[in-house]
Amino acid sequence: MERPVLEVRHFHAWFGNHEVVRDVNLSLQRHKVIAIMGPSGCGKTTFLRCINRMHELAPDARTQGEILLEGENIYQMSPIMLRLRVGMVFQRPNPFPHLTIYENVLAGYLLNNIALSRTEKDAIVEDSLRKAALWNEVKDNLRKKGSFLSGGQQQRLCIARAIAMKPDILLLDEPTSALDPISTAGIEELTQELKKNYTLILVTHNMQQAARVSDDTAFFYMGELVEFAPTRQMFTAPKDQRTQNYITGRFS
Amino acid sequence: MTALEHALKELKDDVILMWIMVEAQLEAAHKAMLEYDQDLAREVMQKEKRINAYELKIDEQCEDILARYQPVAVDLRFLLAVLKINANLERTADIADGIARYVIDAPTPFEPALLQSTHLLDMYTQSLTMLSDTRIAFQREDTALARSIFQRDEIIDAYNLQALDIVCAHLQEGKASIRQELLVLSIIRKLERVGDQAKNLAEEIIFYVEAKVLKHHSKQEG
Repeated sequence: MERPVLEVRHFHAWFGNHEVVRDVNLSLQRHKVIAIMGPSGCGKTTFLRCINRMHELAPDARTQGEILLEGENIYQMSPIMLRLRVGMVFQRPNPFPHLTIYENVLAGYLLNNIALSRTEKDAIVEDSLRKAALWNEVKDNLRKKGSFLSGGQQQRLCIARAIAMKPDILLLDEPTSALDPISTAGIEELTQELKKNYTLILVTHNMQQAARVSDDTAFFYMGELVEFAPTRQMFTAPKDQRTQNYITGRFS
Repeated sequence: MTALEHALKELKDDVILMWIMVEAQLEAAHKAMLEYDQDLAREVMQKEKRINAYELKIDEQCEDILARYQPVAVDLRFLLAVLKINANLERTADIADGIARYVIDAPTPFEPALLQSTHLLDMYTQSLTMLSDTRIAFQREDTALARSIFQRDEIIDAYNLQALDIVCAHLQEGKASIRQELLVLSIIRKLERVGDQAKNLAEEIIFYVEAKVLKHHSKQEG
């Protein structure tokens, strides 16, 4: 079997004394969409934020255990370098309002003072916008501000900004929760294209979305990874009663 | 109870009602055959339309639940199983209708000795019990009872295999009416299919409760 792109070993995360992620063990294969679902407060977003070390930015936050990216312990890397390899897209589209569409795509390079030639910049912008399925809609307006776009377009711009850095993994934290159904369908379709080049980890409250777009699904409950299985199995014959109760809406 | 749970409970109640109606059809055809009651046989044929209408009603309920609630896990398996169970029950009712038509086609009452010697009566009793036991298994989610159907179907299959030889022997002896012998053989063939339908029903119950697919597998493996 191919080496996993991400391997999580006995991983815990705390806010102060409150343990929000408990002893998670997980192995993720590349070029897949992995959905993480669970009720509010189950630790799924915290776990996602641990993967690019954003969790530790919170006061009193700490972790224990290992997360290996391509076999390398992320806690022994520079967080900045890690975040270049693990991109993140948030719930609400957050393009930099003062930057143009063109500059937004290149923001990761600009903020990290990575020098690029004009030709390299043009190539990265076009390639990223094409991969984010936004190129045709914005190619004539690259010098306009990102905030001029619709919600769904802004979210695709944020995806383009993340993939411009050529990450191994793309973290998506409820990326469609602020979008209308048509924009949501657009982003969901995009995930299927993106997984050809990247591994996507998607936190979602929308179980049908997890069922539609993911190859594997993880179910978190009270900080614990209850079940991790191919999505088809998870939604037809889950092994754990807690998973079944959650996905069938019988959770008390 | 959530709206989905309520809809699923209503569906389950309706499937059980369909099951009872189909059992009643098969029993009535049995009685019509034994008592050579052609009015009762015609009644079975009339009631077949009600079964068909009920099949459509259950299909519509399934469509509605799929469209509105997008069920998953045990609920999805239940719904998929019900869609097949519904079709199996309708086909079983068709078989009862077919037997009733043979009663109407028979010019004289069936010879009790012929029904006995061909094991038709044993097959009929076994078929009725298998059908009602699958209903009980469905109601109680009792997969042990569902599994018991597989062995009983083999008994029915064995009777069916013997039937041709028995009927040929009767014909060679020249003491039986050819038409009646052929009608009895046709009813036996129909009952063999009731056994197959009961087996299909049992497979769907096991799929729904245990998430195991037994179709096209050796039943011992399940």
